[in-house]
Amino acid sequence: MMDSDLSPQDKKDLDKFIKFFALKTVQVIVQARLGEKVCTRSLSSPTGSDWFNLAIKDIPEVTHESKKALAGQLPGIERSMCVEISLKTSEGDSMELETWCLEMNEKCDRDIKVSYTVYNRMSLLLKSLLAITRVTPAYKLSRKQGHDYVILYRIYFGEVQLTGLGEGFQTVRVGVVGTPIGTITLSCAYRTNLAFMSTRQFERTAPIMGIIIDHFVERPFGNVGHMHPCIYRAPGEDEGAYNGVEDSQEVCTTSFSTSPPSQLYCSRLSYQSPVLDGAADFCHPSTLNAANPHQMGVPGKEGGVPQQVPVQPCHGAQAEHRRVSSCPPADHVPATPSSSGEDAETSSRSVGVKSGSPCGLLETTFTRKVGAFVNKPGTKVTTASLDLPFAAFAPRAYDLEENDPMVQPPESSATSSPLQGSLHSQGSGESGGPAQDDFVMVDFKPAFSKDDLLPMDLGTFYREFQNPPQLTSLTIDVSSQSMAEDLDALPEKLAVYEKNIDEFDAFVDTLQ
Amino acid sequence: MNCRSEALEVSVEGRQVDEAMLALLHTILLHRSTGKFHYKKEGTYSIGTVGTQDIDCDFIDFSFVRVSSDELDRAIRKAVGEFKDAMGNGMDGMGQISLEFYQKKKSRWPFSDECIPWEVWSIKVNVVNLANEQERQICREKVGEKLGEKVINIVEVINRHEYLPKMPTQSEVDNVFDTSLKDVQPYLYKITFQITDTLGSSVSTTMRRLIKDTLAL
Repeated sequence: MMDSDLSPQDKKDLDKFIKFFALKTVQVIVQARLGEKVCTRSLSSPTGSDWFNLAIKDIPEVTHESKKALAGQLPGIERSMCVEISLKTSEGDSMELETWCLEMNEKCDRDIKVSYTVYNRMSLLLKSLLAITRVTPAYKLSRKQGHDYVILYRIYFGEVQLTGLGEGFQTVRVGVVGTPIGTITLSCAYRTNLAFMSTRQFERTAPIMGIIIDHFVERPFGNVGHMHPCIYRAPGEDEGAYNGVEDSQEVCTTSFSTSPPSQLYCSRLSYQSPVLDGAADFCHPSTLNAANPHQMGVPGKEGGVPQQVPVQPCHGAQAEHRRVSSCPPADHVPATPSSSGEDAETSSRSVGVKSGSPCGLLETTFTRKVGAFVNKPGTKVTTASLDLPFAAFAPRAYDLEENDPMVQPPESSATSSPLQGSLHSQGSGESGGPAQDDFVMVDFKPAFSKDDLLPMDLGTFYREFQNPPQLTSLTIDVSSQSMAEDLDALPEKLAVYEKNIDEFDAFVDTLQ
Repeated sequence: MNCRSEALEVSVEGRQVDEAMLALLHTILLHRSTGKFHYKKEGTYSIGTVGTQDIDCDFIDFSFVRVSSDELDRAIRKAVGEFKDAMGNGMDGMGQISLEFYQKKKSRWPFSDECIPWEVWSIKVNVVNLANEQERQICREKVGEKLGEKVINIVEVINRHEYLPKMPTQSEVDNVFDTSLKDVQPYLYKITFQITDTLGSSVSTTMRRLIKDTLAL
């Protein structure tokens, strides 16, 4: 392709537009698969940092992954940028759901004005992307992700790979933007054959309830390597100016000119040197002249280096995989790793720990459980805790558990104070834990709450019962019936139904 | 200039009319709205930022994206509400709601400004009555899928990049854009509708409209 018709400035602008278009495209796609509704505010005055005049937040991790995939290159002819969305179940099965492709073909539009028309059309294309990402089947799946499965994304650069989408996948074209160096196309190929989902999804007979997933338990979603979870927790509730902008974020101005010859010109972009690229890249304002008024853009407000990578695992698990399927509520006190490690029997909801915990406020007087957070009987009390609040409740160092009437609670998990966790007595002799038990894992119960039927907290309860349970008739119990048996049972069933036909008719009448 | 005309058709249950219309109208307006223009000296202007938000439908298995502007949402809801009222409640019927984008052309006195449409979206709605809950559940999903197809159709048309009014100077901006909203700036638009009863006769409403339009000139 010849871009000799393109002025150097236009070429520079075009490259910048393409780069940021690619980054924003990835943001839109990933954010649409987070499982939550997205909401950004309209601003009547431009901030200078909203590319394409659209309020699309930048999740730093996603930007980082995109830039890593691009590795300094730009999407171009035979260099497509793809975002692959897949689903991974708690059993470890995974399935590609869709692949979004940002490609470029050789069809050039030499007459098009870069800094006006191309820019505006890219903005339009991003709006179309926002609309289309809610329409493909993966959107509904992503809104329901949680216990049974999670949605992951992967960004890659190069050749488009669609083989993982199964047979009969459909393609939807989001749109195209012609540029002087080629035509950018954005499309999505999505799986239509979700047969794997319909059989495997319903195999679980009961949701996991009452299990704290902590870093001593084998994570159900394992190590997913290069895949990334579509889950993001913003550092703060009110992002406001969204300070999570990377310091390499380049600003855009949104000034346009309406003068006749230069009506199609955008003002020059100003940008700060990107730290990651390491290149100083300054644009100086060109002199104003009547024919082509340019205007130096005002740098938008830039946040500093993002404070933290979002999606911090609750307990510092391996960095690659950051999905916590049922993260304990924030009120859990994080525990230090204890050497009892993997043999944590985490079926109990909470752990009461003997004293010595610096978190005296929530301490209970019991030692629980094999494995994590277990304390050796009788060795733990660090009387340094004497100056802790509620130190009076701390059992003495030499009290034996057997003698402590509180240690052997009744079978019911009635709490004796609002601040105590539910109590479970397990073989305290098998502690094997470390000598010190500085941190406890306590299940905080709101005051006056009762452990009625299910010992779980509100957050877990809500997550569990947010969606209706799967119908038992849809669960396929592999071990029991086969098709032949089903067919054999049919005549009997039919006979029964025929016998009760009057009842059914009456029922149907009530529905009319 | 030829006005581009696009037609969409959906069949919905009575209680789905509002959401179906909102979904389609907002999807179109998302693409036909920009940020607020701020004109400066030397004929340059800057453009504000358009925010978006996800809306989940209650009666349809569908979610859509709209511009984050309560004012715009209110205006659309008002029009859709009027359309729904005109359709009547619980009755089978057909109606058509049209979203027309136009430009104003100043005319000399005594003639008033001309409104020249450049894009018209017509959404035909068939309202059906369903007998029982099971059918309603199926309808929820089916209408959701249909709306998804319509969104894809809308996006396809928009991305043909056909005629768009050129960016106006400050003095002309009100002839192209609706500048009355404080956070976003859609192209000038109007929403009209016509109802046909089950017999399909709409002659009277069409005639009425023709006469009204002629007299307005």
